[in-house]
Amino acid sequence: MKPHPQKSPLTGTEIVDEYFIENRTRLLEIAAFLDRVDRVDLTVASRDFRMQVLAEAVAALAAKSDRLMRIQMLLSDPTIEPLDRLDRKSALGAFDRSSHPEVRS
Amino acid sequence: MKYIDHHAHMVSRTTDDYQQLALTGCVAVTEPAFWAGWDRSCGDSVEDYFRQLTEFEPKRAAMFGVQHYTWLAMNPKESDDRELSRDVLQRIPKFLDRPTVLGIGEIGMNRITRNEIATYTEQVELAIEHDQLILIHTPHLEDKLKGTRISLDVLARYRELKPERVMVDHAEEHTIELIRDHGFWAGLTLYPQTKISPQRAADVIEKYGPERICVAGACDWGPSDPIAVPRFAIEMRRRRHADALIERVIFENPVRFLSQSPKFKVTISTPEPARVG
Repeated sequence: MKPHPQKSPLTGTEIVDEYFIENRTRLLEIAAFLDRVDRVDLTVASRDFRMQVLAEAVAALAAKSDRLMRIQMLLSDPTIEPLDRLDRKSALGAFDRSSHPEVRS
Repeated sequence: MKYIDHHAHMVSRTTDDYQQLALTGCVAVTEPAFWAGWDRSCGDSVEDYFRQLTEFEPKRAAMFGVQHYTWLAMNPKESDDRELSRDVLQRIPKFLDRPTVLGIGEIGMNRITRNEIATYTEQVELAIEHDQLILIHTPHLEDKLKGTRISLDVLARYRELKPERVMVDHAEEHTIELIRDHGFWAGLTLYPQTKISPQRAADVIEKYGPERICVAGACDWGPSDPIAVPRFAIEMRRRRHADALIERVIFENPVRFLSQSPKFKVTISTPEPARVG
């Protein structure tokens, strides 16, 4: 289906005026979280697959376009094969690519 | 501004939340059958829950002038249990004639196991057999993309299924085109953490337009917001979008989808609930 966009009535400067502070806050929260982890364990960021994906996602923010879609795909399970049996009840928030060597980052 | 929340787990909420819904302009909620946060021990337990959905909740909602409708199903979180699922599925048909039951939902997958797919497939067939609307839950977080793809693949096997009678819920940016390209309705779930924020939902409307998109709060027993839909409306107004566009997304679109069931009594001209309570 062809999308029919509804362009934001706000100008670029108006969007920055309206949303800068809350996104400044979000950025500082991410930085504080990464520092908090490092203060306790300098190795977990390189060991935990969730932290590895988070680092890739942060790097994706520097892309020139489609940042959100890039991050959604980084976090998603790209496989199509169902599980043979239930392993756990809840999702973890990121896909562990190390458990699927056939899947490239 | 009047609105409909097509996905609200009101059994988990207080009567005060119904009052909040009414005070913020909610005309109707539809409540899909879902997971209680723990696994039920038997089919009788699920059947009691269906009675709660079809008998008790409409009365609580009516206290504040809110119409309450429901969807019945074996929920995705317990659907890996094939024995319980078979038991529940054979109990559903006797509830389908009740006046507030709109269809089969929320069906779908959780961790995308072969058992979950089997239960989901049987529920699609149940809906087709009884000419019911379908509400589909797509999995959380990293499982969403895979679960959406497989859910749609199953639907594609049934040529008699009309896509406009199916809403694929909990859509996000990476699944919405897939859903709408197949002719289905897409639901955006406004959640504080694990789904989509009012800001990102407004971005989706700006990027893809309002055709066949509804928004809902999906409030339940976890962190969630019973008045998430009006917060989305406020976000759209913050961006100076026209009230006509906002009303289309939060009221007219759900009326169009849900009115495909003759039991759904809200029309475009239905007024806001009386400010009572």
